[in-house]
Order: sequence, then C-alpha cells, then structure tokens
Amino acid sequence: MENFTPLSALLGGALIGLSATILLLFNGRMAGISGIMNGLFNSPKDERNWRLTFLCGLIIGAIIFQTLSPDFFAPRQGYPLWLVAVGGFLVGIGTRLGNGCTSGHGICGIASLSIRSIFATLTFMGAGMITVYIIRHLL
Amino acid sequence: MNKIFIALLSGIIFGLGLSLSQMTNPNKVIDFLDIFGNWDPSLAFVMMGALAVTFISFRFVLKRPEPIFEEGFHQSKRTDIDKSLLIGAAIFGAGWAMSGYCPGPAVASLGAGNFEALIMVLSIYTGFFSQKWFSRKIFNA
Repeated sequence: MENFTPLSALLGGALIGLSATILLLFNGRMAGISGIMNGLFNSPKDERNWRLTFLCGLIIGAIIFQTLSPDFFAPRQGYPLWLVAVGGFLVGIGTRLGNGCTSGHGICGIASLSIRSIFATLTFMGAGMITVYIIRHLL
Repeated sequence: MNKIFIALLSGIIFGLGLSLSQMTNPNKVIDFLDIFGNWDPSLAFVMMGALAVTFISFRFVLKRPEPIFEEGFHQSKRTDIDKSLLIGAAIFGAGWAMSGYCPGPAVASLGAGNFEALIMVLSIYTGFFSQKWFSRKIFNA
C-alpha cells in the first residue's frame, strides 16, 4: 500500500463534491459525466451548450493543475492501446445501459439515496475488481 | 448565460478535484481495483471525500423548491432494479478496469495531451452510439 495517498484523495474528492453541489444548486443538474457526455450530441440544441462548457471546464481544470504541478501528470507508457479502446467501448455501452458512471451513480446518486445508484455502484466496483483480477493475476 | 458560467466553474472544480486525487492516473485506478495485489485504497477515499460533501449539501439543496437558475431539479425518480441497470453497470465496470479510465478522468486527461485519453473518449462515444443496437440484440427490446 505504499502508493496510498489518503489526504490528496480526500481533498480531491471534496472538490468533486463541491462541483456537484454547485451544479445542482444553481442549474439543477446532476454532475454525472457519462450523461453529460452523451447529451452533447443527443439532446435538444439549447441543452448542448452547458454540457460542452462543463466538459471544457473539466479539461481546463486538468490543465490548470498540470501547470501548477507539472510532475504530477506522467502519462502511462506502454499500456496496450487496444485494451484502452475495448475498455472505452464497454464504458460507453455500459454507462448508457446502466444510466450512469462513477460520478452519476457513485457520488450524486448515492448522495441522493437512490437505491438504483447503490446497486449500480456495488456492481461496477465488483465487476471492475473481478476484471483486474483476471487481467493481472490469471492471464 | 448564468447557467453557462456555472457549468464552466463546476467543470473546472471537477477537473481540479480529479487531478489532485490522481484519478487521472489510470494505474492508480487499476491499483484500487486490484484488491488481491498491491492494493491502493485511495479511490475509496476520493469517494468518501466527495460523499462527505454531497451527503450534507444535497439534503439542503434538494429541500429548495427549485434551483437558482433553473426551473426544477433534473433528477431520476426511478427506483426499480432492472436487468439493464445491473448488466450495464457490470459492462461499465469491466471496461473501467480494462482501461483504467472512467468518463470524467478520460475527458480531463485530454487537457494533458494524453493520446490514451483521446482513444478512450472516442471509444466511449462509439459505445454510446452502439448501445441501442446492442440493447436490441440482448434484450430484444
């Protein structure tokens, strides 16, 4: 567990919680990233602007952080790109079928005491753990 | 205009939070899921940090008759646990573990000029667009 970083994890998590609070309080929207991404091409025109702006904000936030502490971002090297592509495809299908991802179900949904979100979160965590076990320890 | 500003502000704070907590590092995410290996519990602490805020704030926010710049809250009222929810979440979990990215960190990492993140985001959209066809095959719906 030498890579465990509890303090930055808690603080970063609190920022994510603050972001979700602001979006809900002012705009009445849940900060579920897969839903926001999907609606970018798949919702009425007046719905698209705030989604695009939010996603740009996400990128700007990462750029600001990278500028402040450049050594934090060392992109992963040598990981099979096909595994990323297949993984991304499954993330796309799975989050549409299941109506949400880590942020929508795991943070906003659980905070709203949604029973669907609690089941979804337990399911994707469990499936993720089994998948990593297969990839890292069985193959 | 107000709503656009809020979307920008909220997006930036979200991106800062993902970066600070290193959820933009796919190895760290996979290390969290690797409970039988060299386990890194950090991701659980990210969720605890976020939930510590939203558990309290959502109580107050959702008690309001409506949000500040919008008429009504956009919130799912569904409570049914159906096949599509559980199968979808399981497929998402498998893809998350294979790649090390969930949607937020994938988008945020585009800012780092990360080629993996670009592949990830394009693949996620391919998945979005394939889902209707996939649902028909699986559920005959």
